[in-house]
Amino acid sequence: MARAATTTDAFNAVAEPRRRQILDLLAGGERSVNELVEALGLAQPQVSKHLRVLREVGAVEVRVDGRQRLYRLNGPALKPIFDWVSEYERTWTERFERLDDVLEELKRRDEGDGHDDE
Amino acid sequence: MTTSSGTAKVTLPTDTQILITREFDAPRQLVYEAWTTPELVRRWWSGERGEMTVAEIDLRVGGRWRYAMIANEGFEVAFHGEFREIVPNERIVSTEAYEGIPDADEHASLNTLTLTEVDGRTTLTVLVEHPTKQGRDMHIESGMEGGMQEAMDRLERVAVSLA
Repeated sequence: MARAATTTDAFNAVAEPRRRQILDLLAGGERSVNELVEALGLAQPQVSKHLRVLREVGAVEVRVDGRQRLYRLNGPALKPIFDWVSEYERTWTERFERLDDVLEELKRRDEGDGHDDE
Repeated sequence: MTTSSGTAKVTLPTDTQILITREFDAPRQLVYEAWTTPELVRRWWSGERGEMTVAEIDLRVGGRWRYAMIANEGFEVAFHGEFREIVPNERIVSTEAYEGIPDADEHASLNTLTLTEVDGRTTLTVLVEHPTKQGRDMHIESGMEGGMQEAMDRLERVAVSLA
């Protein structure tokens, strides 16, 4: 597990909605800056700024191919976020599964007036 | 068990927000009842993590709430807060402070529960808003370092042994 500082940095970088959109796009494969600009409908300087932040925390990597700069996801850098979100999700999933059971009882109580199924 | 509506969905809409979403196969007044009645909260809030020892809810604007549980590992985890806005069966805005960190109230989040019903099914969302990014980070770090991993590992072992 990454140390807290690294986690925090990656969280901060990834929490921004536009940057998450970029990551979503890159999850589908390598993309050039132009392709990202087109897909996002943002001005190129904005996209470049977001890409710089993502690169700084290691969430994306870049390579030069001829005249193009191609960006791709760097999975391991995103792992701390993934880990946290999945653990947090599991906490709530557990709670909600128990809540499902409570709700079933309340439903039976409300429907079962007069013919209680004990 | 048969009515499980899948996993909770967690997203991070902004630097300071965490959003939890889940659908339930029940009308919203029942979800609201299960969410706000201490005896019922005791049955679901701790999930598989431990036993709830305190569930106090003074459900009125300005009223306070406090939940505590003894985790399976033996340590106590407690949260408290104050109700800010209440629309029965629809919406509750309350603060939430994790008692395991210094100056807990200063770092309290503002949580908004919303219940929307369509055809007898209810979509529940909880928006957790931290006053600062540091607060959000503390929330995340307390989850990562406060024995959560141990709890999860333990849960996995239990699940495997039951399989």
